[in-house]
Amino acid sequence: MATAITAERLSKRYRIGELQSAYGTLRDSVTTGARRLVRREHRPRYEEIWALHDVSFEVVEGEVLGVIGRNGAGKSTLLKILTRITTPTKGRVTIRGRVGSLLEVGTGFHPELTGRENVYLNGSVLGMKNREIQRKFEEIVEFAGVEQFIDTPVKRYSSGMSVRLAFAVAAHLEPEILLVDEVLAVGDAEFQRRCLGRMEDISLTGRTVVFVSHNMQALAQLCDRAIWLDRGEVMLDGPSSEVVARYLQSGFGTGAVRKWRDLESAPGDDLVRLRWVRALQDGVPADAVDVRRPVGIEIAFTVLREGDPVFPKLKVFDARGDVAFNAMDTGPRWDEPSPPGDYVTTAWIPGNFLNEGLSTVHAQVCTLDAPQLRPHATADLIAFHVQDPGEGDSARGRFIGQWKGVVRPLLEWTTEER
Amino acid sequence: MSQTKLEPPAQAAPATRPDAEPTDRSDRVVVIRPDPRWPHLDAGELWHYRELLFRLAWRDVSVRYKQTSIGITWAILQPFVTMVVFTLVFGKFAAFPSKGVPYPIFTYSALLPWTYFASAVAISATSVVGNKALVTKVYFPRVLLPIAGVSVPVVDFFIAFVVLAGMMVWFAVWPSLAIVLAPLFLVMALVSALGVGLFLSAVNVRYRDVPYAIPFLMQIWLYFSGVVYAISALPERYQWILALNPMTAVINGFQWGVIGTEPPELGKTLVSVAAAAVFFVGGLWYFRRSEPRFADTI
Repeated sequence: MATAITAERLSKRYRIGELQSAYGTLRDSVTTGARRLVRREHRPRYEEIWALHDVSFEVVEGEVLGVIGRNGAGKSTLLKILTRITTPTKGRVTIRGRVGSLLEVGTGFHPELTGRENVYLNGSVLGMKNREIQRKFEEIVEFAGVEQFIDTPVKRYSSGMSVRLAFAVAAHLEPEILLVDEVLAVGDAEFQRRCLGRMEDISLTGRTVVFVSHNMQALAQLCDRAIWLDRGEVMLDGPSSEVVARYLQSGFGTGAVRKWRDLESAPGDDLVRLRWVRALQDGVPADAVDVRRPVGIEIAFTVLREGDPVFPKLKVFDARGDVAFNAMDTGPRWDEPSPPGDYVTTAWIPGNFLNEGLSTVHAQVCTLDAPQLRPHATADLIAFHVQDPGEGDSARGRFIGQWKGVVRPLLEWTTEER
Repeated sequence: MSQTKLEPPAQAAPATRPDAEPTDRSDRVVVIRPDPRWPHLDAGELWHYRELLFRLAWRDVSVRYKQTSIGITWAILQPFVTMVVFTLVFGKFAAFPSKGVPYPIFTYSALLPWTYFASAVAISATSVVGNKALVTKVYFPRVLLPIAGVSVPVVDFFIAFVVLAGMMVWFAVWPSLAIVLAPLFLVMALVSALGVGLFLSAVNVRYRDVPYAIPFLMQIWLYFSGVVYAISALPERYQWILALNPMTAVINGFQWGVIGTEPPELGKTLVSVAAAAVFFVGGLWYFRRSEPRFADTI
């Protein structure tokens, strides 16, 4: 495998203020320049920040790399350098292969132009050749579902339609190296699902992907490897599940506790609202849990009015984002009405059940709208890291290698001589 | 998920592979470095992006005509009305020299390359800031924007040219053999406009005064380009000074071919060609030098 991207000691310096708007008017420059001349002032020293500092990494061909970090950690700057929108102050990057970037869908869409014209324009902007666009045109239009309106100016499209068309163009880009920034943060759930699906397709065809996101779950699911940036420097570089877990534990991410300060802004509706969701072991919130002992998922919620019986439900994902299992409260309250008030429910995940690595939990409070469940309040994920202290009494015994599987039950084995 | 992905890499980071083989793909290797000290024009890269250049120019042309209600009429109206006014004021009243052809023909044939030049400068000067969304979101050689900008008014030029042909029939004025050289003079106008446009578009990223300064600049420039009076009627030394303005040679040369006026002097024309080259190289150099910071400052 050859390397697709090599970044060597990449640094980018900004002057403070430059990040917002550096442009001024000529008058400002002339007047300050004149004042300096008259008063013999020196050039003011700009305060400088290093948006990236000494960042080095390699991405091999076919690898899917995730980049995480807080806002302002340097993720966007890194992507801007990789996409050549801006240049580094020091260091260099070598890229082998055709690069496609998705920093925003619909870049260069012009409202006055028709759908057809915009497909060609946007395709060229993203780096497609005319012949390529021609070849894929039908497919793009069909994917977007705008066949009847293809010769209508885009300004007459609904916003949903133009986003679909824009995404369809981007989705048909076939770069060897794809750079993606938070595209998944926009659009509805369906759109995000399609984006993820498309990215998965791309990564499965052996293409190199660099993916910057706040969506830890998508990141852990899609990426083999992740880089955690903090204040422009690489904090950690490793398997994505590990990096995501460490990031979440550090308190920058979600962590094992989600708590909402006031009821109005908490997830939920007029029937029920969440108060907190947390992962516990031995009675205390735990970011890292022992694989051998039970983990409690505590869901606290407030029922605001008399209504259908409500019950909490949770979904647990493994480090790759696959659903490990679904569970809901099937206790005695199941179909009894829930009077208004505060409730705390704990679901116990047994010890020796989940495998090592990052587990993420989606908690919901639902009603039964037979035959379907209707979620009323959904918590963003909380996460905890399952660890094996390696004392030989877990399912892996004294084996220390990679242990596959979503679950890790401690089975009972019987052996007899026959 | 595929089976192959179930095994995350055991190592934290793949070690550097000194034995990494060169790939067999057709695409070249791109090396991203800090801003170069000596900017240059990467012609190979421009060629690679030629389709995008065409798309950008075509977008500007079609949007220009779609957004306006009288569309292409503007292309004729602007030089035509100016011609009428100039004829009344400078031709009839002030009786400015017009190279021995009817004043309307003289001034209209000068207004054609001039109007092209003035709109080319105006469009290209605002091209980078006007495409902020592109500049901050995708990479392509930024030079494409001013280049597309100077291509847009070419369409207007040809439309307005039809009117010139009609006027020539009306006034019975005929072209000379030098009409074959006319395209070269137009290329000279394009190159000069591009030089000025490159410079101003880069300046505009830092100082948003540019769009306000352009009409003023163009208004003054017009009076030193031989649009309202024949430069050849001026004293010799002024003619040499004005030769530093490439538009004097463009207009003289264009009129020589199209309306058959006397040929421009070689020496002064060469001075103008050199000036156009300086405009272009200077503009390009400044643009390329500022280019890496566009996305940060825009």
